[in-house]
Amino acid sequence: MLAGSLFRSEPFRLFRIRGGVHPDDRKALSADQSIVDLPMPALLHIPLQQHIGAPAASLVTRGQMVRKGQLLARSQGLISAPVHAPTSGRIVGVGSYPAHHASGLSVRTITLQPDGLDEWIDDIEPVVEPFTLAPEEIARRVAEAGIVGMGGATFPSAVKLNLGKRYALKGLVINGAECEPYLTCDDRLMQEHSSEVLTGTLLMARALGVSEILFAIENNKPAAIEAMRQAAAAFPELRVIGLPTRYPMGSEKHLVQALTGQETPARGLTADIGYVVHNAATAKAVHDALIHGQPLISRVMTVSGNAIRQPRNLRVLIGTPLDNLVEFCGGFNAEPARLVSGGPMMGQPLPGTRVPAVKGSNGLLALSAQETLAAPEMPCIRCASCVQACPCGLVPLDMAANIRAGSLDASVSIGLLDCIGCGSCSYVCPAHIPLVQYFNYAKGELAARQRNQHKQGETKRLAEARNTRLEAIKKAKREQMLKRKREMEAKKQSEQAQQKVAETIEDGA
Amino acid sequence: MSDHSIVGGPFTHGGNSIPRTMQLVMLALLPATLFGFYLFGWPAIYLFMVTVLSAMGAEALALAIAGKPQRPFLMDGSALLTGWLLAMTLPPWAPWWIGVIGALLAIIIGKHVFGGIGQNLFNPAMVARVALLISFPLEMTLFTAPSPITSAAAPGLFDSLAITFGLGADLDAVSSATPLGHVKTELGRGLMLPQALGDAHSEWNLGVGSISGSLGETSAVLILLGGLFLLYKRIISWHIPLAMLGTLFVLATLFHLIDPERYLGPMSHLLSGAALLGAFFIATDLVTSPVSIRGQLIFGAGCGLLVYVIRTWAGYPEGVAFAVLLMNACTPLIDHYFKPRIYGRDRKGQPLNQTSRQSAPEKP
Amino acid sequence: MMASIVFIALLGLIMGALLGYAARIFAVEGNPLEGEIEDMLPGSQCGQCGFPGCGPAARAVANGEAPLTLCPPGGKALVESLAQKLGVSVDLSGVEEQQPRVAFIHENLCVGCTKCFKRCPTDAILGGPRQIHAVFSDACTGCEKCFGVCPTECIEMRRIEPTLQTWYWPEPARAA
Repeated sequence: MLAGSLFRSEPFRLFRIRGGVHPDDRKALSADQSIVDLPMPALLHIPLQQHIGAPAASLVTRGQMVRKGQLLARSQGLISAPVHAPTSGRIVGVGSYPAHHASGLSVRTITLQPDGLDEWIDDIEPVVEPFTLAPEEIARRVAEAGIVGMGGATFPSAVKLNLGKRYALKGLVINGAECEPYLTCDDRLMQEHSSEVLTGTLLMARALGVSEILFAIENNKPAAIEAMRQAAAAFPELRVIGLPTRYPMGSEKHLVQALTGQETPARGLTADIGYVVHNAATAKAVHDALIHGQPLISRVMTVSGNAIRQPRNLRVLIGTPLDNLVEFCGGFNAEPARLVSGGPMMGQPLPGTRVPAVKGSNGLLALSAQETLAAPEMPCIRCASCVQACPCGLVPLDMAANIRAGSLDASVSIGLLDCIGCGSCSYVCPAHIPLVQYFNYAKGELAARQRNQHKQGETKRLAEARNTRLEAIKKAKREQMLKRKREMEAKKQSEQAQQKVAETIEDGA
Repeated sequence: MSDHSIVGGPFTHGGNSIPRTMQLVMLALLPATLFGFYLFGWPAIYLFMVTVLSAMGAEALALAIAGKPQRPFLMDGSALLTGWLLAMTLPPWAPWWIGVIGALLAIIIGKHVFGGIGQNLFNPAMVARVALLISFPLEMTLFTAPSPITSAAAPGLFDSLAITFGLGADLDAVSSATPLGHVKTELGRGLMLPQALGDAHSEWNLGVGSISGSLGETSAVLILLGGLFLLYKRIISWHIPLAMLGTLFVLATLFHLIDPERYLGPMSHLLSGAALLGAFFIATDLVTSPVSIRGQLIFGAGCGLLVYVIRTWAGYPEGVAFAVLLMNACTPLIDHYFKPRIYGRDRKGQPLNQTSRQSAPEKP
Repeated sequence: MMASIVFIALLGLIMGALLGYAARIFAVEGNPLEGEIEDMLPGSQCGQCGFPGCGPAARAVANGEAPLTLCPPGGKALVESLAQKLGVSVDLSGVEEQQPRVAFIHENLCVGCTKCFKRCPTDAILGGPRQIHAVFSDACTGCEKCFGVCPTECIEMRRIEPTLQTWYWPEPARAA
């Protein structure tokens, strides 16, 4: 213990990250609200795609009765995640429903009508001695529980836990930064469920095969830092580190840079420099899966913004339509200028509140015009505020100018694909140019062009294959005709020969 | 994909805007401008007003011709600021038409011909100043000694109208050379420096500013305060001013040490002419200076070098306008070659080499 | 005066002769440009450009007989790359980004005549005589050759709708 505390009192050396911005964190709106369970909604809409990778494949049919925690859809392929029933009830349908996405498009969704009994499926059982499980087994159970990155990225966590096999890892970093304004869900989670987050963290470290754990929390959350320090007091290999409050400290590449001073190589992973980063809420989900045997069926969300009457932190079942959350928080006190999923910097605008909460939704913001501070776009004055703000060392004004002129390849050559889309540049731009949207458009357009080119290549291949086939058919026909002609000739000749013989015999007779 | 109604994030903003940026620069210029009004009296005030109003008028005209809306471009403060800076570089008792022609040149030729705000290659105020200097050398080099507005000798409201709007001042009576102009002439005449400088152009006077010159050349102290205010408000960064003044300082010191009688000392260089105005307000013009830090340092150093060379060996006593224009021409090249280093890549743009990826284990 | 005229004239004659000689020695057989342009075209031989296939269209573009905007399925991207290849500037405003379409067979109207799949240049239609046909939408290039021959008009050209995987942010609307 003494050695542990001696080790702890040594200050941890932090490194600076370039650029970044310091927005007003607005967390006071909901920071003191302890997590409350949202009452069961009338219907749950559970999308089959709530993660990066291939959508899950539905296993249920309309009318089927399911229990809480039952597997509704299984994962497809290496990068995918299964989906489980958040409560017991009846499957009302499997069809298209508006997705939790800015585009307003629909996605295949399972609609479940809760029966009010909330009965768990029979084979949910706590794991005995989870710390004796093999690392691969831990990762397998995490995959089975449908756990994905809960910080918003929704990358299947099991894939990241298996990186220990391919990379020589030094440590696990837990991302408790929560650098986006308004969001306080991870903050409350760490305060109220610190021992569970801790257990999940230790299990993930075991799965990765590392002993060093860095638990990083921004300095604007002193209560969370204290809570985690107390919970982790008995584990000297886990250090809780307070980070300077700066956006985008929560970006995993910049988080690792702040902690270790090393930059992740371009197009690489943080595993390339020996660290794997997981979100704090993901750690709690891992605890639930391994200690209680429960799959991922709910998450904590922050409902905030000036247009919401009562900002709160809610525990929400996956698939709950967002209007339930708004209603529980007292409704809107004014028509929101913007509805945002996530934080204001990187969050997605939502088409409405009909859409369901998904595994990656960490916040619902109803923002007033005074908060969004939107203003008409002016021409770029090359003030270079964006260059100073960019944490990736890019020149956003030049990239946007290239994209506006249609030279997408020029923007790639000055670093478009290294952009993490944090929004710091748009935040500081005095001309209110939507820089991030230009970059997202360009990235999408380039991907679409690549798909097009691929299709053109395939088209050529198919056309050529068809030509080859038709030629082969023609050739075969010709050969057959020639063969038949020869056969006819041969037959004719043999007939003539026979006739001659017959005549000779006749003559002879 | 052509549905433009979907607006992306971020859904919050730092609160900065173009008008705010321009307003802060004008605020920074205010002390020096007011002091200049005090020193040179009503003719300076009239010239200033004429120049600024012409700049606004030229902007309205250019916007109308270009088919752009008057709002928000006319009121974004950029034309006002250009006119203000131009007025700061004119001889305070110059006739009104110098201000008008200068403003037209700055706004129409210096800015709108290139495509409007943000598109110009050269600093508009400097384009106008240089064009005026070359076209009207007489009016642009006739400076007067300061005659503070409160003193009895200063022309009153109506006499000043005659000076600015009339046929120009009877300037023989009151004309006086700027310190740099004086030095160049005297050196040309063969006099050595200590005598050439004279008492009127001691460094104290240069600093406080009771010397003849344009509005921006007088009070070095107030200009410096304005510049520091801009740095504090993060409108400009310290790289260009430091590089420019630093290079000027180093070169001046070097040559002054070699031959103190032929080369002005560093403080004289820094405090006289438009060096400080140039370093904080002109070379740092956002549109025409490089965007990366290394680029800005090179730009500033180039300005400083050119200012020294022109002042010392070229035909004009003051070189800031020419130096800035020449470096503006280099800005696109500087921006092309000197970009910041991208995260995760080395200076050449290649990904950093480390990986702890292990080769796949042998299958049993 | 006379001397300069004679000298310049002589210089011109000599330069001209040198250039003509060089043109003969360094002349290139055929036009390699044609092959390169053909590679850039989609290759589905749809005929919407008015030429009987991508090869003749490439030849026409290489000889400057056809406008660069001749290929609707290529869209703006193709016009840009052709312009870059040929080193000319081109006005993109008239080019419509053609919404890609794929054929869809309404199975209740299909009689199994096989006319459509025989014409499909990429073999994207599955079927046999007296059997209902269906289109592999991944392989369909929207050339509309099948559309023209179906006797029961059961083929519909449908727009490709964006999915969650293919949707991306639109370009921000231009400011004033």
